[in-house]
Amino acid sequence: MQELQVIFSGVAQGCIYGLIALGFVLIYKATETVSFAQGELMMLGAFCGLGAMQWLGWPYWLAVPSALLAMGLVGWLTERVAIRPILGQPAFSVVMLTFGIVYVARGLVTMIPNVGTETHAFPAPYKDVSFDMGGVVIGATQLVVVAATAGLCLLLYFTFRYSRVGIAMQASSQNQLAAYYMGIPVKRLNGLVWALAAMVATVAGLLLAPITFVHANMGFIGLKAFPAAVVGGFSSLPGAIVGGLIIGVVEAMAGFWLPEGFKDIAAYIVVLLMLVLKPNGLFGENLRKKV
Amino acid sequence: MSDALLSAHNLSVRFGGVLAVNNVSFDVQRGEVFTLIGPNGAGKTTVFNLISGIYTPTAGHITYNGQQMASVPPHAVAGLGIARTFQNIELFEHATVLQNLLIGRHTHRQTGLWQEMFFTPQTRAAEIAAREKVEHVIDFLDLQHHRDSMVAGLPYGVRKVVEMARALCTEPQLLLLDEPSSGLNVEETDDMAFWIADIKNVLGITVLMVEHDMSLVSKVSDRVLAMSQGEVLAMGTPSEVQSHPGVIEAYLGTIDDVSSLRRDHAKEQHP
Amino acid sequence: MRFIFKTDYDQDIRLAKHGGHVFWYGLLMVLLLTAPWLIEEYWLAQLTFVMIYSIVGLGLMLLAGFTGLFSIGHAAFLGVGAYTEAVLAAQGWPFPLSLAMSAGLSAAVGAIVGLPALRVKGIYLGIATLSFGFIVEEGLARWESVTGGNAGKHVKAIELLGYEASSNEAFYWICLVVTVVCTLAVLNLLRSATGRAFVAIRDSEISAQSMGIHLARYKTLSFMISAALAGIGGALYAHKLQFISPDQFNFLQSIDLLLMVVIGGLGSIHGAFLGALFLITMPQLISLGKDYLPDAIGQAPGLQAVVYGLVLIGFVMFEPMGLYGRWLKIRTWFQLFPFYRKGMFKRQKSFQKSDRLK
Repeated sequence: MQELQVIFSGVAQGCIYGLIALGFVLIYKATETVSFAQGELMMLGAFCGLGAMQWLGWPYWLAVPSALLAMGLVGWLTERVAIRPILGQPAFSVVMLTFGIVYVARGLVTMIPNVGTETHAFPAPYKDVSFDMGGVVIGATQLVVVAATAGLCLLLYFTFRYSRVGIAMQASSQNQLAAYYMGIPVKRLNGLVWALAAMVATVAGLLLAPITFVHANMGFIGLKAFPAAVVGGFSSLPGAIVGGLIIGVVEAMAGFWLPEGFKDIAAYIVVLLMLVLKPNGLFGENLRKKV
Repeated sequence: MSDALLSAHNLSVRFGGVLAVNNVSFDVQRGEVFTLIGPNGAGKTTVFNLISGIYTPTAGHITYNGQQMASVPPHAVAGLGIARTFQNIELFEHATVLQNLLIGRHTHRQTGLWQEMFFTPQTRAAEIAAREKVEHVIDFLDLQHHRDSMVAGLPYGVRKVVEMARALCTEPQLLLLDEPSSGLNVEETDDMAFWIADIKNVLGITVLMVEHDMSLVSKVSDRVLAMSQGEVLAMGTPSEVQSHPGVIEAYLGTIDDVSSLRRDHAKEQHP
Repeated sequence: MRFIFKTDYDQDIRLAKHGGHVFWYGLLMVLLLTAPWLIEEYWLAQLTFVMIYSIVGLGLMLLAGFTGLFSIGHAAFLGVGAYTEAVLAAQGWPFPLSLAMSAGLSAAVGAIVGLPALRVKGIYLGIATLSFGFIVEEGLARWESVTGGNAGKHVKAIELLGYEASSNEAFYWICLVVTVVCTLAVLNLLRSATGRAFVAIRDSEISAQSMGIHLARYKTLSFMISAALAGIGGALYAHKLQFISPDQFNFLQSIDLLLMVVIGGLGSIHGAFLGALFLITMPQLISLGKDYLPDAIGQAPGLQAVVYGLVLIGFVMFEPMGLYGRWLKIRTWFQLFPFYRKGMFKRQKSFQKSDRLK
């Protein structure tokens, strides 16, 4: 029984990883940049929701969409101000820039007096509800995580499948200049993708907040999402979720069965194994330069 | 047969469902200039990549100097005496021309890691020896002017020459040139023809090249192999291959082909 | 503008290319040698830190800047070197031997970390090194019998030839000697076949292969040398701080190291030193500037992070060649005065091309 509980909480945690990884993969698919800032965007999103509810006094169902909108704007602005000017530079430079964003985001939040350095409880309406399913106690927080992730994935799937945005994104990531020539509004597209990624991160943050509370170090969870993206294959959207689930479950099981300390590094051992066995991830593509 | 430097026997390679090279056999005699021609996608560069060890053949084999190439890893190919240039220039962009050429001397390296770290007199002597050899190549191809320039800033024609120079610095027995004249103007192509002739006659290097410029092919080649869709169409002297009907149809074309496209000016001006 | 008239191949091979080099670097050496008598103890300690970080920076610059392999978990090697030194010093090993062991062990770990590099590129390699970084950090914390775990470990002073080098000056000179030796070793590597092979791998792997460069061997070598240098830096770091704990070698430290080489100027040896200088002086500047800012900003714990982040973003956006690049531009301006043209170092507007097809 306990095993099931452990696995289910692993699944819930894995959904969070998957959502953050989804943000990475979105940005990577569109602009082939790797953004380490997704974790921080998640943290900011959680703070936004918290701020809306605690200091603006808004109810939950109003705070959530407003946090989403606000963070979408932040994502779009980040792209506009910081990412767009440097898009032609080597990939490493862009990654370093996202590290800079991480620093700035963390620093700014901790600078907010009395708020930034403390841990806050997140007053979600479903926080204290739990279900007993045949001996396994599942908190509503975890159920909501899984359900919301599934819903979001379906939404994104239909959006990309039945719209031209997906193809346009791939084109501009492979050869930006050619995409320009083909009339693809590359800049607008990139802004849209970053806004979308920020919103996905915010969803993750709002889902995670009732479980882990809101604090400035939330962003570190974003680091574990990288193994999730690698396991799934960096250019695959469903792969990101699958990767996240794998990492989440393995981590939960490691925490339960293996000695102390393995839980923290389980994700990293998994990713190393993956790189040895199947370097392009479960759903990734193997591209090779043709000379 | 005994003088064949390189021979391909029933060479085939398949990528997924595509048979890129199908049962190709030819041999390159020592000291000759052998050219591969054919339309785009015929598999010419793929043959080069098979020789370089970048791809492994799915059937057939290649022998070089009597030795089977199947077990040779890509980085050991240069050590055997085979050098190549690439169709889309693969130079080391963030280094100077001189450094690019010195990297070409890598297979002739005599110093180990620790000798280099302490820069022993041996290392210094080895560096000077390498520099001398590189200077010979620079003189041969008239690159003195560009010696210390960053490759990234050089014009296309010069970069093509640097690519060839780098291949020559490995002191090869066999030189693979992939479309040496693509992107070059008439004057540069003429220079290229002279250089290839010099490489053959003065340096004694065997040349295997892929080329589209027919005048260059006729000028320098001893023998030509025409490929189309991965298969051999014809092999022989330049004039033999150029008058081969299959080659004409697949690749070269005749005046008759375009006559139907020619507008009738008379009709247009006086409707 | 200085024009060098070359008559000898040696002029291109020499480290000091002309008289100016000899003069300025000679002066620098004199100043560094006499520093204990010229500056106060606090600044001497900071200078020692700069040198320690420079050694680590040299390693990371060799790996990332010259071979193009990005390591996001480099602090792991720093940690391995630091703990090796701490353990061996406690057991009474003489300093040169323990230093060599630190370098050797870090190099061995570097070879293991470099194994993924033989199969994957770019961001995948970055994630692999990141993972190794976390695993090593956790390993250092868990292996309590040797490392003392999270409680940390005290480090004895250096024992050299029977003398205990516990004074600041003695330690400074030891660091100076080690730094000079490491720098010369790296410079020598870069002007010979191995260094050129590294650059070749960075710029075009397929081409490097066709020139006879064994990719796996040189990538592993780059990782090993880079890790060894980080290990040496770590050993000195342990003695400087006299107390080490696993959380000093975490992800944030790795990012600091990367920040150092990027801001210094990727692809140049000067960059390693300039970056180390930046890393050590920036907190000083921030604390100096704190008093001039309103309390809400100046006393906030996040100020340093914000400044670091903004500086990093600024450099990537406006000065991708880093501090060394900016220095080159300033120097050219002076050399060409008044003929410096605004567009001299202008980057071509570049469009993004797929990195997956490299």
